[in-house]
Amino acid sequence: MRLTLPITVGVAAILIAAACGGGQPEIVPGPDPDSIAREQARRDSIAAAQARADSIRRAQEEEERIRRQRTADSIAALRRETEEVRQMIARMVHFDFDRYAIRPGEDTQVLEQKLAVLQTNANLSLEITGHCDERGTDEYNMALGMRRANASKQFLVDRGIAESRITVRSRGEEVPVDSGHNEDAWAQNRRSEFRVTAGGDVLKRPGM
Amino acid sequence: MMAVSAHVVSVCRGPGPEVCGSKAAQWQSRGPYSPHRAGATASGRTGARQQRLLSLLLAALFIPTGLLGQDTIPVEQGVRLGITYTPGMRPGMLVLNGPSRELLDSVRAILQRDMEFSDRYEMIYLPGGDSLVLGVSSPSERGGLGPAGEGGVAEHYVNYALYSALGADYAVSVLEESDSSLSVNVYDVQGQAVRTSIRLEEGDPRSVEFRLPVHRASDAVVRTSTGEPGIAASRVVFVSGGRVYSVDSDGANRRSITPAGARAFSPTWDPTGHKVAFARLADDGWGSIVLQDLIAGTQSVVAATQEHLNYGPSISPDGRGLVFSRGWDGGTDIFAYNLAQNCCLERLTVGRLSDNLSPAFSPDGRRIAFESTRVGLAQIYVMAVDGTDQELFAPYDYGVTGDSHSPSWSPDGLNLAFHRTVAGSPQIFVMDVRNRTVRQLTSAGRNEDPTWAPDGRHIAFKSNRTGAEQVWVIDIETGRVRQLTRLGGARMPNWSALIEEPNQP
Repeated sequence: MRLTLPITVGVAAILIAAACGGGQPEIVPGPDPDSIAREQARRDSIAAAQARADSIRRAQEEEERIRRQRTADSIAALRRETEEVRQMIARMVHFDFDRYAIRPGEDTQVLEQKLAVLQTNANLSLEITGHCDERGTDEYNMALGMRRANASKQFLVDRGIAESRITVRSRGEEVPVDSGHNEDAWAQNRRSEFRVTAGGDVLKRPGM
Repeated sequence: MMAVSAHVVSVCRGPGPEVCGSKAAQWQSRGPYSPHRAGATASGRTGARQQRLLSLLLAALFIPTGLLGQDTIPVEQGVRLGITYTPGMRPGMLVLNGPSRELLDSVRAILQRDMEFSDRYEMIYLPGGDSLVLGVSSPSERGGLGPAGEGGVAEHYVNYALYSALGADYAVSVLEESDSSLSVNVYDVQGQAVRTSIRLEEGDPRSVEFRLPVHRASDAVVRTSTGEPGIAASRVVFVSGGRVYSVDSDGANRRSITPAGARAFSPTWDPTGHKVAFARLADDGWGSIVLQDLIAGTQSVVAATQEHLNYGPSISPDGRGLVFSRGWDGGTDIFAYNLAQNCCLERLTVGRLSDNLSPAFSPDGRRIAFESTRVGLAQIYVMAVDGTDQELFAPYDYGVTGDSHSPSWSPDGLNLAFHRTVAGSPQIFVMDVRNRTVRQLTSAGRNEDPTWAPDGRHIAFKSNRTGAEQVWVIDIETGRVRQLTRLGGARMPNWSALIEEPNQP
């Protein structure tokens, strides 16, 4: 269509120019039938070529759209999976008051899931940060938080994860998730947090 | 009045500018109370105080016209005049009023509070109206402020008899000197002499710089009158909301030492009171030891502490060494660093399965008290400064005694304070270092993180006894407690030594 428009305009311009010539005293000769037919054939040829080009382009565009959609679907799927695995990683491990032993049951399951994630994603590295509730000495809690982080790390290292893939930190009682002053808040605050430090752009779900 | 002045010279004794009141001397020499004063016993002194209180009333009545005659009136035992004294051997202390001027009154208020907070005196407070007549005044112009004569404060009229009647063993005046400086004068009421006179440069009473010289004068008063060190010219740092703050020993003059936003932790003073070391917790989860120079206003990070989680610094008494706790994937242990040579990081403990932390230098710099979890619950241990000879320090009964934390060595080296859990709440304890006997100092609320004042008699600590956490001070002799900070969530206090005067350039 883009090609057709200038031609139409051109023809129109010629016709207008011819019409304008009517003001002249000379007698204008009638149109040559051959030239009209040639012009018509030329126009038909251009239109046909245009239609073929349009058709090909539409097909290409459709292909491209489908390809992109497939890629996008695939990326979204990967992202969803990565996000899901990241949520697995982010699950906290909680502790008893003034203790750093990994409790059987849910907390052990949470760590076993992380173990599987680390096994499935060989480039993944984690940082574990231990936290404490507000009771207890400030400095002692720094050490206790470190002990909790180290206990969480040791669980994974004992099961074959390379030590170099896990770094540890402690924030003591400085960063509570619940600022309340009751047993519920304290139970929430006695925890290890897990953060991806490397190899976390694309994560595979561990095969269950 | 001239006769009075002449007499003054004749009865004065003792060091310093001689100031005394002859009328007072005459009165007292004939009074019935002299025997009490001569051979004072604890109970005798209390009785004498009560008698003197009664005579205060009489004295007040007679002051305008003279001081003769009161001593003949019989005194009834046990009469109280609304001023309560607790029995004891502490000397009575009276901070005199007048002449009135904003600067002088500010100095008097600071001095009086410092005397009170020293816990070494029975402070004598009087209703405002009465106290007007107690001021040291120039004999030439009663009630007015006059220039001191050539003899300085010697021209002032000091009513020893009256101060004695009030129960004062010492009186302190703040006077304006002819060279527009101030003098803080300590009168020995019993000896009727000036014990010492401390000169102060005039300054803006509202400026923070002015308070420290006044506090130093307070400490000089304490030393002069009791022979013991004061604590007024010292400061306490603490953490609130991630910032390190400093307050004077009286709780006033609060200043932030670190900027907002940084997470500061576990501040400690250097021995001069000019620097504070603290841990700065970084975004990456590490903590480094920062030295803040309060005089120069500069900050430097101890290079060896830029990796791992370093905190809980303690600076050696000679200022050359630093010990601190370090946490990493190997656990938590105590490390030493040579500040003077900026080198030589050394590990002092090897915990393996236990944590070692919160080191505290002994005042002779030879030993380090610390806390360790080597038997499970945290308890207090001690080691030589090179990490050898590690042993249990504060005794405990396994399975019975609660966990113990935060050792702090008294400046005289005789006592060690720490806190220990009793029935679920941490309480402040003091151990006699020589025989290792332990006694509990607190019982109300949760009380943690003790730190010694430079007099070895007061301890600041964190307490929630009235709700929010604040820093409090306890006098271990009397058990008297006062609140030091008024800033929410104040914690991790550390008390300085007496703050040294900066070196003159």
